[in-house]
Amino acid sequence: MKKTIITVVGKDTVGIIAKVCTYLAENNINILDISQTIVQGYFNMMMIVDTNSGRKSFGDMADEMAALGEKIGVVIKCQKEEIFDQMHRI
Amino acid sequence: MINLYEVTETNKMIEKENLDVRTITLGISLLDCIDSDLQALNRKIYEKIYNAAKDLVKTGEEISREFGIPIVNKRISVTPIALVGGAACRTKEDFASIAKTLDRAAHEVGVNFIGGYSALVSKGMTKADELLIRSIPLALSSTERVCSSVNLGSTRTGINMDGVKLMGEIIKSTAEYTREQDSLGCAKLVVFCNAPDDNPFMAGAFHGVTETDKVINVGVSGPGVVKTALEKVRGENFEVLCETIKKTAFKVTRVGQLVAKEASRMLDVPFGIVDLSLAPTPAVGDSVADILCEMGLEYAGAPGTTAALALLNDQVKKGGVMASSYVGGLSGAFIPVSEDQGMIDAVRAGALSLEKLEAMTCVCSVGLDMIAIPGDTKSATISGIIADEMAIGMVNQKTTAVRVIPVIGKGVGETVEFGGLLGYAPIMPVNPFSCEAFVNRGGRIPAPIHSFKN
Repeated sequence: MKKTIITVVGKDTVGIIAKVCTYLAENNINILDISQTIVQGYFNMMMIVDTNSGRKSFGDMADEMAALGEKIGVVIKCQKEEIFDQMHRI
Repeated sequence: MINLYEVTETNKMIEKENLDVRTITLGISLLDCIDSDLQALNRKIYEKIYNAAKDLVKTGEEISREFGIPIVNKRISVTPIALVGGAACRTKEDFASIAKTLDRAAHEVGVNFIGGYSALVSKGMTKADELLIRSIPLALSSTERVCSSVNLGSTRTGINMDGVKLMGEIIKSTAEYTREQDSLGCAKLVVFCNAPDDNPFMAGAFHGVTETDKVINVGVSGPGVVKTALEKVRGENFEVLCETIKKTAFKVTRVGQLVAKEASRMLDVPFGIVDLSLAPTPAVGDSVADILCEMGLEYAGAPGTTAALALLNDQVKKGGVMASSYVGGLSGAFIPVSEDQGMIDAVRAGALSLEKLEAMTCVCSVGLDMIAIPGDTKSATISGIIADEMAIGMVNQKTTAVRVIPVIGKGVGETVEFGGLLGYAPIMPVNPFSCEAFVNRGGRIPAPIHSFKN
């Protein structure tokens, strides 16, 4: 399974998760895990998603997510899981 | 499964601490391009490089996007041109025409540097080697992206002092040829002792003759990451300090290994090595000198600097070796002056001299790097500086190098601006006493004894 890590960082506001999840659902991307915290008013979320059956290429998805983030006022990043696995697991 | 803390840590390294992959370098053998006809040779070289590297930049950008990690440079190294051009080149201009072909290929495929305008003369020079060396000033002044290197000595062969003398003159001449650009040509010219065959970093990258046809070598970086990690252990003892560097180096190198494997897969070119280097840039927070300061020195160059650098270099290797399946190249901390804001500050404060830099090169990779010296420095003096550095490499069985820039028309106290990753540098004073009679002796220094280590 190809997993992608989506991180969302920015000032907390209403509907961030809703908007991100709507995008993912529309593009047939399955969410495997979500963790989220708020530190000093800053919203910090990480999602692990399965992009295997997604409708878009990785590049397009990353671009559209980044654009969506700009609209909401947060920074959204998509990265393949391997970079974190490699760095933090032996 | 990966957790939020780990993801945040990685992204903080990338976004705030300048973690990046410094270079993906594609090594290409040009041995099969050899031809006695110069035109045919140039055509074959261009075609081979173009075909091998046309997807390099695109692939680098794709990997960068997938993992969200910047890959700063995409580069090419080729077989030392003295070997490739020997059969076809009769004049300096002939060799320079190959440099122009390399430059054209580099522009076409979009890489910012191509290395390998090189000669390996650690014991002696063939006619072709000498001709190539003599063509360096012309080649570097008539191209933009070509880098040149010359190996002048090794632990097994000793030091070719005829080569050392000649290179002193060539460096000076290259400075003259490029005087309009503050002698920029010399920033693309480096001399080595014990030059590695698989170095991905410029200006010294070339594709050694022991290598396969094509190979991917990756250079990682991350002085900012190490510095930030050390901020958290201020005042702790050396055990804690060393462990912290080691763990950080491990993480940084793993990213390099991942990128190297991915590039190798996507380009269908074998993976060569990861070069475990802490390579600084002029950007704030991307400095090796700042790490030394974080360890407890007021400035790089203060007493204790050599010890601090030795432990940094060793821990980076210890952490990195386990993180990558193949390690090679230069692997260590780089201490260029113009490319490191902390080093520049140290020179300006009067804390760092050429002599202290020389001592530092005994314990780290690579050598006297990106040091601007007065334009009126004699070529014999430059040869003397080179000979000293080669001797350190030869005796200590390590790679050492010299990349000094005699800035024509400028003197001590003035500043020279190279731009981009090459940065800027205050011109440093050079010991004014002569070594001319020593350099002019000619011949070579024999290889050192390999037992009775003291």
